[in-house]
Amino acid sequence: MTLKLDKKDLKAFLETLMEEYDLFAPVKLAEGVSIYKKIDSPDEVDLSTENPQKPAKEVFFPQSETMFRYEKAGKRYQMTSTEGVERERVILGARPCDIQAFSLMDDVFLGKEYKDVYYGNKRKATTIIGLACPHPLSTCFCSSAGGGPFLRKGSDLFLIDLGEMFIVELLTEKGMAFQKNKFFREANTKEISLAKGIEEKASTKADASVPIGGIDRRSDLMMENPFWDRMHEKCIGCGVCTFLCPTCHCFDIVDEAITDKGQRVRNWDSCLFPLYSQETSGHNPRPTGRERTRQRLMHKFNYFPKNFGRVACVGCGRCILYCPVNFDIRQAIKLTSPKEIKKVKDEVDLTRQ
Amino acid sequence: MIQEKIREKARELLSNKTVDLIIGFGEGSLPLRTTPRFIRDPEKVNRLIWNSFCENNLATYLHKFSKLKVGIVVKGCDARSITALSLEKRFKPDQLFLMGVPCQRMVDRRKVGRAVKGEILQAREENDLIHVKGDGFEIALEREDFLYPSCQACMHRNPIHVNVTLGDPVEESPLIESYHEAKRFEQMSPEERWNFFERETSRCIRCYACREACPMCYCTECFVDSSNPKWIEKGLSPSDIQFYHIVRAYHQTGRCSGCGACERACPMEIRLTYLTQKLNRDVKELFNYETGIEPDIPPPLSTYEIEDKQDFIK
Repeated sequence: MTLKLDKKDLKAFLETLMEEYDLFAPVKLAEGVSIYKKIDSPDEVDLSTENPQKPAKEVFFPQSETMFRYEKAGKRYQMTSTEGVERERVILGARPCDIQAFSLMDDVFLGKEYKDVYYGNKRKATTIIGLACPHPLSTCFCSSAGGGPFLRKGSDLFLIDLGEMFIVELLTEKGMAFQKNKFFREANTKEISLAKGIEEKASTKADASVPIGGIDRRSDLMMENPFWDRMHEKCIGCGVCTFLCPTCHCFDIVDEAITDKGQRVRNWDSCLFPLYSQETSGHNPRPTGRERTRQRLMHKFNYFPKNFGRVACVGCGRCILYCPVNFDIRQAIKLTSPKEIKKVKDEVDLTRQ
Repeated sequence: MIQEKIREKARELLSNKTVDLIIGFGEGSLPLRTTPRFIRDPEKVNRLIWNSFCENNLATYLHKFSKLKVGIVVKGCDARSITALSLEKRFKPDQLFLMGVPCQRMVDRRKVGRAVKGEILQAREENDLIHVKGDGFEIALEREDFLYPSCQACMHRNPIHVNVTLGDPVEESPLIESYHEAKRFEQMSPEERWNFFERETSRCIRCYACREACPMCYCTECFVDSSNPKWIEKGLSPSDIQFYHIVRAYHQTGRCSGCGACERACPMEIRLTYLTQKLNRDVKELFNYETGIEPDIPPPLSTYEIEDKQDFIK
């Protein structure tokens, strides 16, 4: 069902939305820097920004999340659960890449073997209002990763920006609940065809040529390849690419305790940090950047497909845009072609002599 | 042309086995960017380039290659970092060959990006202009309007204590007042300073890009990673984040060359150099010391004299 929302009604729409839901949307923190954040006032919402630095995964999988609290009460400990979600939630303005990433996160956190209650409760309570990407950047390669700038899958409602208004598509049962919303009106054929035009133009823009298909098989025998000797060299080992990745989902669980009370917290962790794989004995099975860079790429393009049948990359391009040393994952993917691997191997062998 | 000189020297150093590895800059995958390049084969030196987008401080890579003889392309600030690291005995004698390049000052790619509407798809540098091109626009921008603040204020563009200087010396004349960020910070009231620091650090995602980009941050175990004792929690509580940033900055006292690598690396564009610059200014005023100028004099906070004045103890 296709409706429209006038931008002059946006604020009022958000106000009514916030009466019923906790609203999460892009908020500008500084010039060119934005994140998804719980909204206190509709004025904070900024749908004009580029894709925010921090991906929308944070709404379901916060960077730092309390799992429970504990406090000494007499001789026993009193535990307080933090699992529950008090109100229904709406994510507004998530891009198709981030929304595609939710389904990959679902594989991990809501898979057959294990269901994560913290992630699951938030996920279940959330309505997703996706926002189409009319201007994919040159670093965007969602179209190579099974997505696209107008991919609707995963959205309950889907917005297309027409300048003065948004086209609003109601896609699921959760979306249809908005059918009677007083700010939504029927879109006319002219507006619908305008949206279609934008869609057609955008769909040619996101790079569809990054050779992701078959990478899980190609990378099968790469574990000990000298390829990695060179691949990691420029990586400085910070966590930018993993923290800003919409599909990276590793975490570390710690107790934050003071005397007789505390909380168990899980924080995002990055396989590029040495501490990530450091064992209690002091031994580190991934002692250098070589093993850590390999882990990041192999997890995305080999282990994850083995476990869940698709790569853990949605082509959002954040790791390319924000890497301090211009490590470009597209180049790494291209280098996994047998011909390229042989070239690198020959070069390493030559210089090893 | 500097780029040719770099390639020529790199070829020579690799061919006659003076070094095993050259670290320099190569073509980036995005406009307005370069990327660190590691060359071992004298036939591949043409991958090295030089332009106003060579923003990284390559000295940070030297910790990775402690077993190799390394030739490295350095700007004024990078060379000073290496002198400071040498004072801390990070290198074996003759392990390094410094190819110094008098620096033309580096261009702030994000500032350029914001000067135009739309994404820049191509960029080209020509004399004092940067030509940028995107979907529906093509303009030339004055290079000087888009320099990194740390470069504008730089007083040591000519690399010192290097094995060879490639290119003609440049004039040491800051374009803006030196220590300008520190001075601006000093002029704030304590409350304003705190608000500024608080606002900037509130964006921190603890990716530690600032730490990893910095050549002076090489502790085997950073205090934030220590679990016994645990100095700091790992979440996003403002006090933990602020603690990290204060300690990171303080640990640089007298060791920071002011290269700006920390700030350039930050994906959340947190202002960082005003803090280190303030410490640099204090060290200059109190001890007349500047990082990486004197190859034999350790930074003031790393040494002591029994005759040191102690009149600050009342």
